[in-house]
Amino acid sequence: MIGVIAIGIAGGVIAGLLGVGGGVLFVPGLVLFLGLGQHQAEATSLLAIVPVAIVGTIRQDRYGNVRRGDAVVMGALSLAGAGAGVAVANALSGEALRVAFALLILVVAAQLVRTTLREPRGEGEIPNPSEKEACRGDGLASEDSP
Amino acid sequence: MTAGRALRLAAIGTAAGLFSGLFGVGGGSVIVPLLVLWLGYDSRRATATSLAAIIVIATFAAIVQGAYGNVHVLDGIEIGIPAVGGVLFGTWLQQRMNTRVISLLFATLLVATAIDLLLR
Repeated sequence: MIGVIAIGIAGGVIAGLLGVGGGVLFVPGLVLFLGLGQHQAEATSLLAIVPVAIVGTIRQDRYGNVRRGDAVVMGALSLAGAGAGVAVANALSGEALRVAFALLILVVAAQLVRTTLREPRGEGEIPNPSEKEACRGDGLASEDSP
Repeated sequence: MTAGRALRLAAIGTAAGLFSGLFGVGGGSVIVPLLVLWLGYDSRRATATSLAAIIVIATFAAIVQGAYGNVHVLDGIEIGIPAVGGVLFGTWLQQRMNTRVISLLFATLLVATAIDLLLR
């Protein structure tokens, strides 16, 4: 049980920090610590991700970081993909899905390393107030300035 | 919103949905880099906007998985409650720190996990 709680906390922290990492930790955590099959672990992970995403979004919105319009468009247009993804997952064997999942997280790891090494400097500083206000997350502004 | 922007967001959303449904993740690993690459987001706003989209994506994928009978609700709660605590801390921390070290450590953890999964 400690293992599951630890993985849960870790996944949540990473989700808050990097915007990824909830599911990529929850799924193996559920498999390795609770003995769930790959399909059940993935499905259960999705359930856990929902409150994490809600709470994380509320917090990030208070910092002024959420572009709501863009988020709504992405969410609305994800539904077909999500349905198809679940259907494909359930058509695969647990073993095939587990291997595919392992490959996925290797790709995610490689991508994380690449983007980290490419950043000229980290973005650890709190944004200055004027920058924050210029980018209030209502999605109504035209192109975001990088 | 221009048509080009809407199209890119649609592509990102669809790809994220596919990953979410296929792998039981939120889709952030697709959304965040593409928001940065295609829409010029900085990483902090990309992660925040990604989390917002994931609410919808994960909810829908969870419902469909539920229809297949795959969701273990109690286990989901057992991992979900600590995770909510974690995300509160994570978002607080993100405002105050350089995430580069975290990203690299996380990448290392992911590699270890992948090896573990492949060796089962």
